[in-house]
Amino acid sequence: MEQQYIDFYKEYHTLIKQHSAALMNNFRDAAFEKFERLGFPTSKLENYKYTDMSAPLSIEYGLNINRLQFQINPYDVFKCDVPAIHSYLFFVLNDTFYPVNSTAKQHLPEGVIIESLRTAAETYPQLVEKYLGKLSNEKDDGWIAFNETFAQDGFFMYVPKNVQLSKPVQLINIMRSDVDFMANSHNLIILEEGAKAQLLVCDHTIDHVHFFANRLTEVFAGKNSVYEHYKLENTNVLNTNVSNLLIHQEDSSNVLTNVITLHNGVTRNNIEMLIDGENCESLLCGMVIGDKNQDVDNFTEIVHKKPNSQSRELFKYVLDDTSKGAFAGKIQVAKNAQKTSSFQTNKNILLSKTAKMRTKPQLEIYADDVKCSHGATIGQLDEAAKFYMQSRGISESEARLLLMFAFTADVMDNIRINALKDRMKLLVEKRLRGELSRCEGCMIC
Amino acid sequence: MLEIKNLHASINGKEILKGVNLTIQAGEIHAIMGPNGAGKSTLAWVLSGNPAVEVTHGEINFNGKNLLEMSPEDRSREGIFLSFQYPVEIPGVSMVNFMRTAVNEQRKYKNLEPLSAADFLRLMREKKELVEMDNKLTSRSVNEGFSGGEKKRNEIFQMAMLEPKLAILDETDSGLDIDALRIVANGVNKLKRPDNAALVITHYQRLLDYIIPDFVHVFYDGRIVKTGDKNLALELEEKGYDWIKKEVETPIEQ
Repeated sequence: MEQQYIDFYKEYHTLIKQHSAALMNNFRDAAFEKFERLGFPTSKLENYKYTDMSAPLSIEYGLNINRLQFQINPYDVFKCDVPAIHSYLFFVLNDTFYPVNSTAKQHLPEGVIIESLRTAAETYPQLVEKYLGKLSNEKDDGWIAFNETFAQDGFFMYVPKNVQLSKPVQLINIMRSDVDFMANSHNLIILEEGAKAQLLVCDHTIDHVHFFANRLTEVFAGKNSVYEHYKLENTNVLNTNVSNLLIHQEDSSNVLTNVITLHNGVTRNNIEMLIDGENCESLLCGMVIGDKNQDVDNFTEIVHKKPNSQSRELFKYVLDDTSKGAFAGKIQVAKNAQKTSSFQTNKNILLSKTAKMRTKPQLEIYADDVKCSHGATIGQLDEAAKFYMQSRGISESEARLLLMFAFTADVMDNIRINALKDRMKLLVEKRLRGELSRCEGCMIC
Repeated sequence: MLEIKNLHASINGKEILKGVNLTIQAGEIHAIMGPNGAGKSTLAWVLSGNPAVEVTHGEINFNGKNLLEMSPEDRSREGIFLSFQYPVEIPGVSMVNFMRTAVNEQRKYKNLEPLSAADFLRLMREKKELVEMDNKLTSRSVNEGFSGGEKKRNEIFQMAMLEPKLAILDETDSGLDIDALRIVANGVNKLKRPDNAALVITHYQRLLDYIIPDFVHVFYDGRIVKTGDKNLALELEEKGYDWIKKEVETPIEQ
């Protein structure tokens, strides 16, 4: 499977580089060599035991290495799926950042840059060079190496010192193609000291072809910065999504990550929160609603490198039919990271006998003065609660729905944008009712 | 209103109810007393349709309908209400959402339009006053973190919201201090009408100081062994249950 991509790179690397930025090309050949060595991670690797990508990888995907633009303007045709949200709205079509039209410069505060990574790397090379690849280059991961080999562009956001964005930034990834298509993009998000930003990433597909998205996102949260990263995946069964989200936190930064999968095909999220400062707060949440043969694997890692920080982790899955879920929660506390407190919870409900869940908490604690805990459960809906509701006249189906909704409520409560929280609750409820929960008013999907 | 004939029921294959006969007319309050393990709660579960209990024999007629054929939700919609001995906590489901769903599903069953948000909130406010329930409680998840007394008060609040024809109070007095007991009993008395009825299951007589029963039944070993008026409750309080046991067991020995 790897070979066709290796041959492809050997033949077209000049073209790939030509349509990318010098700063991205700097590590491209090294990444390629790494990919040649590692290949795609298979289920033979411990960390990829429950993610089987052989089926999606057997499909031949097109790549847009010539960076052809789309003939649609998403600002005209795409209506926001979270209508009550006032946001700075941006689009990535497949793996191409859509240029912001002039009226949509959107009055960003002074100094804030939101651009395509390629343009940013050419316009602000010193800034980009300082951060780009600093988290990902060191990783020995086949998917990251693949991404760095083929990604030619991505999303770039920079919030300077002490600037606080009053509105969330919304980034909509739209997959649109007539043939099976693969997108690789490298995103870079930088918050300087004291900066504040919220990013909402929505994954959407338009066409019913096979899509493969491999997205690498590096986030740098400076001292005292506050960053919220929300990801909503609402695609379809033909979609495969590999995502690496690497977050670096400095002193007293506060980062929330909330990853929600409502509809998908196969998804693998690798999320790493590297707490490289003192007095940091990190909250990592996620939920999955799966049915049919959806497959979602959230592989998470929280690394406490310095003392006196707190992290919390909460993941919930509701799985029906023959869907599969996996969760890994690795927490690493370095020897000098004393006074760390870290709590992890993963709870799962299986609604059918054929749904499968695998959960693996993994705590590696090298410090001796820490508070750490983890808990994982796999169960069914609470029969006593269901009966209690029925005894008040609530039908069994409605009682089940209320219980499932309640089960996911604490994940949704960790959405700090109220309009998004309300919208998400509605989407989740519709999803649980089995109604198609794609965004209302969305004209192109 | 309710007619139970020769009811036998078992839990996990063990027979608990061994031939219960009981008739309740509209406007009546019946009390069931008896020692622990006599099957009092099992009777309440059978009436509410708890799937843990298997009815092996007998019939229950409720306002002309065969109760045993109905789902728990339909029994509720027909007017049966069980105040749980151990109310269930449902984290994540708000009291408001829970009650609104319940009220509107009941209305749907009666071919009524759902209540508007304003009407619903007005109804909630009115009924909360009836049981002197704290406003904060209705904004929380169902029973989550409620004290024992708050849970019981919440049961009576739900009863007030749903206005059942037959209210079954299963040990509603257990775990209540005297103030809470008075409030709960007051709520029950205020909801009393000539066209509804109540079945009060209790271990102690003290609740019956506040809710005056028309009939007192003594439950022992899975059936009603003695029926009297409110004075029977006083007698039980004074003498305990042992004399009943003797009375019941003696004839069998002869």
